[in-house]
Amino acid sequence: MNLRILIPLVAVAALLGLLFLGLGLNSRDLPSPLVGKPAPAFELESLEDASRILTEQDFIGEVALVNVWATWCSTCRSEKPLLMELARGGIPIHAFNYRDERESALRYLALSDNPYQTIAYDPRGDAGMDWGVYATPETYVLDAEGVIRYKRIGLLTRQLLLDEVLPLVDKLRAEQLRTERHGADGRRVARS
Amino acid sequence: MKRRLFHAFIGIPLWLTAWLLPAGLAVALAIGEPIEFETQAQRHQYETLVRELRCTVCQSETIHESNAELAADMRRRVHDMTLAGHDADSIIGFMVQRYGDYVRYRPPLQANTALLWASPFLLMLVGVGVWWRVICGRKRMVQRPEFTERERETLQRLRSGE
Repeated sequence: MNLRILIPLVAVAALLGLLFLGLGLNSRDLPSPLVGKPAPAFELESLEDASRILTEQDFIGEVALVNVWATWCSTCRSEKPLLMELARGGIPIHAFNYRDERESALRYLALSDNPYQTIAYDPRGDAGMDWGVYATPETYVLDAEGVIRYKRIGLLTRQLLLDEVLPLVDKLRAEQLRTERHGADGRRVARS
Repeated sequence: MKRRLFHAFIGIPLWLTAWLLPAGLAVALAIGEPIEFETQAQRHQYETLVRELRCTVCQSETIHESNAELAADMRRRVHDMTLAGHDADSIIGFMVQRYGDYVRYRPPLQANTALLWASPFLLMLVGVGVWWRVICGRKRMVQRPEFTERERETLQRLRSGE
């Protein structure tokens, strides 16, 4: 074919292809620089008990989810049934109550189910900034050492849980078991 | 009559100003937030930084322009850190650590942004290539055409008007 026609044709096709790929991208899916890093430190009151101070250590210990939510965030409400299922399935879920009012948050939890084990109250979004939160809901997966292994910005869906979150939790739990067993073996060797 | 004129030209605008000015001021103050600095250098640093950091929620606005709560938080943090004596690089580093390179309106030159930085030059190269081809094509056109023997005969015949 004539080169004069072929070159523009290829160029236009390439451009259209690029634009089409761009349509499928979600501009909110930003790579988080925090994945692979230890959970950022914080010091906040517990939502239920203002005299109790929580730190990142309260979130760490086993493979767990950290969910950032608020009563004003309707997406958070719609993902809560899924969180309930996870909690019933034995996955600990910690939370930041983000830029919210304590009373309305407590009332909300009293009226519906509460999937959260620990809730840190972050009315000014200070811890939120250290955790790189910018759009509620956000969900992190922490491994047993407290390293952030996954971050989801936006709504959790059943498909997402089945495809990404649950397999990751299983994998991290297996890792945890392995290190614990190694640790136990090590101790036994040291003792004998 | 005079009275009505007064109302139309002075009274109503005056009345509107009296009502709208406080409202406008209230809005301005709400957007204005904490803008107190100890030195001019601090103010300058703050003013530069809020125009260089992207609001990650609204994405195509800087935190200076954005009304989002997160942008307000980020402005507050920039203000606090500036007052605490952090320099511009460390504040940008602080934000990048939390929100990724995306918060910078001016992306740094690194492996994953190399194409972005190179693209204007690449496009220029393509442009120069196209221009060069066009010029060459034109040159070929002005060259004296060569005719075959038969064409020459035909031309001759046409010229003599047969």
